[in-house]
Amino acid sequence: MSALSALFVREMKLATRVGGGALMGALFFLIVVTVVPFGVGPDLNLLARIGPAILWIGALLATLLSLDRLFQADRDDGGLDLVLMGEAPLELVVLIKCLAHWTATGLPLVIASPMLAVFMNMEPVAIGATTLTLLVGTPALTFVGAIGAALTVSLRRGGLLLAILVLPLTVPVMIFGVSAATAAVQEPVPFATPFSILAALGLFSMVLGPIAGAAALRHAGD
Amino acid sequence: MRLIDYANPTRFLGLTATVLPWLAVVTALTFAVGLYLVVFVAPADYQQGETVKIMYIHVPFAWLSMFCYVTMAGSAFGTLVWRHPLADVSAKCAAPIGAAFTFLALATGSLWGKPMWGTWWVWDARLTSVLVLFIMYLGLIALQETIEDPARAAKASAILTLVGVVNIPIIKFSVDWWNTLHQPSSVFRMGGSTIAASMLVPLLIMATAFTLLFLVLHLMAMRNEILRRRIRAMRMIEAAGAE
Amino acid sequence: MFGTHAGFILAAYGIAILVVVVLFVWIVVDGRSQRRQLAELEARGVRRRSAATSEGDRA
Repeated sequence: MSALSALFVREMKLATRVGGGALMGALFFLIVVTVVPFGVGPDLNLLARIGPAILWIGALLATLLSLDRLFQADRDDGGLDLVLMGEAPLELVVLIKCLAHWTATGLPLVIASPMLAVFMNMEPVAIGATTLTLLVGTPALTFVGAIGAALTVSLRRGGLLLAILVLPLTVPVMIFGVSAATAAVQEPVPFATPFSILAALGLFSMVLGPIAGAAALRHAGD
Repeated sequence: MRLIDYANPTRFLGLTATVLPWLAVVTALTFAVGLYLVVFVAPADYQQGETVKIMYIHVPFAWLSMFCYVTMAGSAFGTLVWRHPLADVSAKCAAPIGAAFTFLALATGSLWGKPMWGTWWVWDARLTSVLVLFIMYLGLIALQETIEDPARAAKASAILTLVGVVNIPIIKFSVDWWNTLHQPSSVFRMGGSTIAASMLVPLLIMATAFTLLFLVLHLMAMRNEILRRRIRAMRMIEAAGAE
Repeated sequence: MFGTHAGFILAAYGIAILVVVVLFVWIVVDGRSQRRQLAELEARGVRRRSAATSEGDRA
């Protein structure tokens, strides 16, 4: 257990020090959200309506962009081989790395989202709902994305391929995240229904991501 | 180890060399019967008129888009569990064929939708799921093409294929949910279970013909891939010997 | 003979035939080129590992 907590501390240190790029994702998120009104026009009613979707798309892209270094840095410096040979189960190692990665890059997105929601002219209820769905949904994106990161670990320019591989798999998270966020302000569906499914998807990807990611890492080393 | 690896592909090459011509003849005959029934015998639908003729290719393509993925999933299982070299080859060769059939399912569906729905594309649950499936095919092909070493590429794409198998039902379910939330229920829905025998028989024959066509193309592509790997191995031996 | 929407029906069948034919031709051409390369290598006397009898096992 102590090995895993040491790994978590190491990952956090690496991510938050100079050159770790933890806040780069949040910055990218800000820019994506800022660019949207230039595209669709400054109509505040429209922005309020599509706000949750924009925040979700921004968070999705920011998560994907930061994921390609999840295992690659370890592979480059040889740390991955040590982890593969170590006693800790690889699935748990992947899980811990994902959690650390989410804490360093996903959590800032969640914290930044209420401020960006104000730019989108969203109501307080919608802001709260969107932030809550992002809090539950972004870990799912990280876990699913870890599969892509593990599959493309040996490729020099895996970033774009990673996005192509992972985006179809994130469709359910996206659908239920945005649905829950809009259900909070619009009538027909209660908030709890899509939100519980979103939470279920998060838990499910928490199992699937580490198992598939670990399998991919094992075979990448062959 | 190596000897065993090559023994089976060799036997496979011999077997397919005798089977393929017969299979091709059967495929051609099935197509001839099916197309004859579609063009001259099958009646026009009372609602959709003659456009129902598109169904006889659209439905087989949609069926094959899933059948190809199931084939790939089975092969992926073979790659990861039994490490059978033919399973790699099968999975790799099914992907482009599956992508082509999925594209045709989308294209013929679009050509059917324009006269029926008045639009080329609707974000209908079924269409959207097939579009996501198409993107997954392209992603798998991209992964296979990007990793140079065939064995490693096979394992990576096998893992992704199996992850896809787990995810496809979830994607289907969530797209259905998303669709009922957004779509007013005025969209025309396809036939349902009540399909007349005069249409069902040609449809089944066409579906059989296209499945046979898939088998022929898949076996041919697998033979090519086996030869490609042999050439690769021989080139490496040659290069090692030249040093 | 296909009614008012003949264009759509023919286009659907046309694109289906086109894609299947392209796929088929691509596979046939690919097969020819593989066989030719294999023949060339064999003509140069390169043998596969399983065909070679005395070569040591390399991992």
